[in-house]
Amino acid sequence: MIAALLSRIGQMALVIFGISVLVFCIFFATPGADPTARIAGRGASPQVMERVRAEYGFDRPLPVQYVRMMEKLFVSRDLTSFVNHGQKVVPEVASAAPVTLSLVVWAAFFWVAGSLGIGIVSAVMRDSWVDRFLMVLGLIGLSMPVFWLGEVVNLFTQSRWHDTWMFRWVPPLGYVPLTENPLGWARSLLLPSLTLAVSFMGLYARILRSELLSAMGEDSIRTARAKGAGPARVWLWHGLRLSWLSYVSLFGLDFAQLLGGGALLTEVVFALPGVGRLTYQALATLDLPLIMATVMYAAIFVVIANALVDGIYTLLDPRIREGQHGR
Amino acid sequence: MGADSLLDIQNLKLDLPDGRRLLEGVSFQVQAGEALGVVGESGSGKSLTAMSVMGLLPGLRASGQIVFAGQDLVGLPDKSMRKLRGAGIAMIFQDPMTAFLPVRSIGAQIDEQIRLHQPLSRREARARTVQLLGRMGVPDPVMAAKRYPHQLSGGLRQRAMIAMALSCSPDLLIADEPTTALDVTVQAQILTLLREIRDEGAGVMLITHDMGVVAQACTHVAVMYSGLVVERGPVRDVLDRPLHPYTQALLAAIPPLEGPRPERLPTIPGQPPTPENRPSGCVFAPRCSFVRPDCAVRPALIETEEGRRVACVLYAA
Repeated sequence: MIAALLSRIGQMALVIFGISVLVFCIFFATPGADPTARIAGRGASPQVMERVRAEYGFDRPLPVQYVRMMEKLFVSRDLTSFVNHGQKVVPEVASAAPVTLSLVVWAAFFWVAGSLGIGIVSAVMRDSWVDRFLMVLGLIGLSMPVFWLGEVVNLFTQSRWHDTWMFRWVPPLGYVPLTENPLGWARSLLLPSLTLAVSFMGLYARILRSELLSAMGEDSIRTARAKGAGPARVWLWHGLRLSWLSYVSLFGLDFAQLLGGGALLTEVVFALPGVGRLTYQALATLDLPLIMATVMYAAIFVVIANALVDGIYTLLDPRIREGQHGR
Repeated sequence: MGADSLLDIQNLKLDLPDGRRLLEGVSFQVQAGEALGVVGESGSGKSLTAMSVMGLLPGLRASGQIVFAGQDLVGLPDKSMRKLRGAGIAMIFQDPMTAFLPVRSIGAQIDEQIRLHQPLSRREARARTVQLLGRMGVPDPVMAAKRYPHQLSGGLRQRAMIAMALSCSPDLLIADEPTTALDVTVQAQILTLLREIRDEGAGVMLITHDMGVVAQACTHVAVMYSGLVVERGPVRDVLDRPLHPYTQALLAAIPPLEGPRPERLPTIPGQPPTPENRPSGCVFAPRCSFVRPDCAVRPALIETEEGRRVACVLYAA
């Protein structure tokens, strides 16, 4: 048990190390990304360039630079941005994290509730027009780009119909912290999180429907009926129990990648100062410390979520615990 | 026979929505305290008959009569059917590995059935479950109830399955090939269990393709072929003196235990008909060695002697 835990932690550390090295190497291989020129400013003299280079350590070998950057990021936590001088990136990410967390938790709530409802209803009413309608709806939701949908939502709620009774309550773009004004917090996040949830809802509903239908063909479902269980019990208690494995694992990974900044487009469109928007800024300005910080932050979430999903898997399906999946 | 039967199936027909007929008029009775073995090849409609009794065949149209304890189950609304399933009629399935939900402990699954039909608390239900498992000869029933299906051996799983089926003391127990997935020693133990259940007064309907199982565990037998019952009667009579040519051929295909081993086992030439090309006359006629011109008219299941019926022109009065 402890050995398994240690090996798991070792694996996680290895993955995070690999990602950091990769990001670091790609940055220095990118043409025009030389941080010296950016820090020194446009048209700086060779002497100034030389000084900056020495000061920031860009003249040292890459492995040394890598180790120093990691040390500043994880140990002393005073890594500063190359673009905004003196701006420390770790507090920057820390202050952006609650915004993203709020957005993603809301979105997850919507997409889980929505996809459960849609998936179960269309599975129960399979091949009826309701099922077909819901599945087409899901496909539309799935294939709508989130930035486009966000812009359309903004267009209607912020300008075109903003003054009608429907959208008068919509606050201006931006984020209101929960501690400041809980109602304002909920209001500012409702539309962004719904927008973010739409495509996930479509995808998850389709997955749940097909998993549920294949589970309903199992012998154990026939047993449940033979026991005298009613349809609601058979579908929800037995059917879901058999079919939510892939749903849960998918959810864990999606949730983690969104927390890590995957909600970038939604955050940019709705002007939410979250991790995604920070990543976007970092990439737009080729700011290595900020890129490194946001990517590491995302990687850590995804790796932890992966481990959690594996853990939950064994709780949901006792067969995996003994490493004999299958029947 | 008649009004006092526990289960009385009269002329049960089953149709697919596209009009193909799967069961061509099945009739037999099960009395309380009796075990009826239903035998036949795969596809002869044994399991379909069982599933129709349970009302577990949505999408198929049943007609005829299935009278259980005075109540006709054909066309009974699902809600009333649900009260019977598990409580009045219980079923044991062929493969206990897949029949249990793999992700819940077997105890929880047995508790569930008890609590579906009786207003018991979780604790009372579990006490009953443990007691049932113990009665079925499961060692350490308290621990066994906490195990998952994949952690038990095949024999224990089938015992747990039987415990679940018996949890609400059903009047009729339907066992669909309960021993097919088990090895021979476990098979014998399970059949002994079934005999005990029958001795306690329940009716048992045992579906199998194994004549040995019928001989060990049943009092009566019904032989099915292509959606029809071709012969039925008390087990000893049918096994010792089979009347219908199909039953004779089936019994002849069993290798003898004593004497010289035959060079080749006798087999029945040809294939059983599919529902689409089932002959309009006697369904067995194309493979029968006694075929005669009057086989073109389907023979009725007539009584030849006390308690025995056969559908064959050879025995027409």
